[in-house]
Amino acid sequence: MKIAIASGKGGTGKTTLAVNLSAMLAGYRSDVTYVDCDVEEPDGHLFLHPDITDTETINLMVPAVDESKCNGCGKCGEICNFSAILPLGERVLTFTDLCHGCGGCSLVCPRGAIREVAVEVGDVALGLSNGLRFVQGRIKVGKVQSPLLIRQAKARANGRGLNIIDSPPGTACPAVEALSGCDYIILVAEPTPFGLNDMKLAVGLIRMLGIPYGTVINRHDMGDNRLRQYCRREGVEILLEIPEDRTIAEISAEGDILIDLLPRYAREMEKLVAKLKPKLIK
Amino acid sequence: MKEIVIISGKGGTGKTSLTASFAALARPLVVADCDVDAPDLYLVAEPKTIKHEKFIGGKKAFIRNDLCSACGKCLELCRFEAVRHDGLGNDTTSSTYRIVTEACEGCGVCVHFCPNEAIDFKEQIVGSWYLSNSRFGPMAHAELHPGGENSGRLVTLVRDQAKRLAEGNRLDLILIDGPPGIGCPVIASVTGTDLVVIVTESTVAGLHDLKRAIELSAHFNITTVVIINRFDINAGKVAEIKKHLKRASIPLVGLIPYDPDFSRAQINCLSLVEYANSKTSEAIRKAWGKIISLLDLEQEGVRDRQRDETSPAIKS
Repeated sequence: MKIAIASGKGGTGKTTLAVNLSAMLAGYRSDVTYVDCDVEEPDGHLFLHPDITDTETINLMVPAVDESKCNGCGKCGEICNFSAILPLGERVLTFTDLCHGCGGCSLVCPRGAIREVAVEVGDVALGLSNGLRFVQGRIKVGKVQSPLLIRQAKARANGRGLNIIDSPPGTACPAVEALSGCDYIILVAEPTPFGLNDMKLAVGLIRMLGIPYGTVINRHDMGDNRLRQYCRREGVEILLEIPEDRTIAEISAEGDILIDLLPRYAREMEKLVAKLKPKLIK
Repeated sequence: MKEIVIISGKGGTGKTSLTASFAALARPLVVADCDVDAPDLYLVAEPKTIKHEKFIGGKKAFIRNDLCSACGKCLELCRFEAVRHDGLGNDTTSSTYRIVTEACEGCGVCVHFCPNEAIDFKEQIVGSWYLSNSRFGPMAHAELHPGGENSGRLVTLVRDQAKRLAEGNRLDLILIDGPPGIGCPVIASVTGTDLVVIVTESTVAGLHDLKRAIELSAHFNITTVVIINRFDINAGKVAEIKKHLKRASIPLVGLIPYDPDFSRAQINCLSLVEYANSKTSEAIRKAWGKIISLLDLEQEGVRDRQRDETSPAIKS
């Protein structure tokens, strides 16, 4: 079972909700895994302080050309859709930053002149935090293969038990990779004009993926009523509304878990768990 | 011509709110919204669109189930877990293979190696881009359809169009609202710019993500400055951020307080400096003054231009 915590807009409180919900659920059952799929800026560890038991390097396989075997046929350049390999007569230039690692060039080369070599693009860390299993994907700075890291992090968590997927913001390919295959999505939204605009985009993506979802409105007394009207009109279930609360911001700023320190927040999380329960039975 | 890009690493630190305020202070200038999968700047800039084009992102594979013999070659070769064995049946097989469009990377390997030539490779329209006249000046912006690929290429396209707008309108400053994160659209937003402004916040996540954003701009060798938004949430974190900036020799150009006026300004479709005359608006003004002074824009005629009240209409 996989539940994703997502949002169109960044900074609506995805990670805060994901770590607190995971920590609360881990109090009830022993098979919960928090999976940090915000691989460009993974922050969950700052709150969960996991003991990391294992770190695995994630590599992309990119072409390495033996020009002495090249006959200049140009097939590698023809198959590459990402301009990552450029044959110039019997010389071949490679641009590994553009490579998606599909393996097409080495498969198509009639002379076996292209082998694939590993380039490190990030890592996946595994750990434990108070009975909660922890998985984090993290991309190396300057690399662009976010979906690959997300795929690898999700694969390590394996969907066994209950996986809470902390997703990247937006609606582009990293969000798609994180949300695909999930059983339920919690969209964290903000009742501001920017928040509503990005919520609409995120709902568009989720409908395309065909996954059931509901929303948690953060800082619900902050902006205006248009987000609530939108949810009503579009039939988006509001699972929970959390008020603007400077104490929440201050505790989170320090990297602490709210359910440990703020009983009123723990009660909100309990309400959310109660709402999710019927959705967790499969 | 100078390009300034606002990024943050962490989402929701106030990139777009600050971009709008800076644009209001600097107008006329060219604005570019490069947060193409969650573009919000238009809600404040109120662009009147004069040109609208479709964006073709790349190709995707589609198996024709009348030609598929279910040999499984595509499944064997696909490295993106995009192939399923649950397509409709035909005369030769009870179940064909199917490509999950959202998972397809567009590499074309299956298309090339299919022994039955049963896989089509079709261009996908994955978004739109626009040229507009906004309240702040000419604007280049875009939107990526949900799940769209190639956001980096769309960002590059928006930046190229912004440069053309700047040339056509004889404006020498482009302000780019960047995306969150440090991935491919962020890299496309920052490469080759004159100045990266990173907006962070005084939280543990703000600091962590700031460090990675700084590493990214250093990787591409771009002059970088930092603004701390909501600096009054946590004084300890401000001290830690300052320490890190000192070590990295990066100037801190602004401290902006936590202020509910940011939401109120948004609701009124205004930037904060247009909405309120307050400590916050003063802090933003000061930050912008420092940014401008770093670029030596006065010498390139920005001061003269700011006196000139002519309309920034786009010349066709």
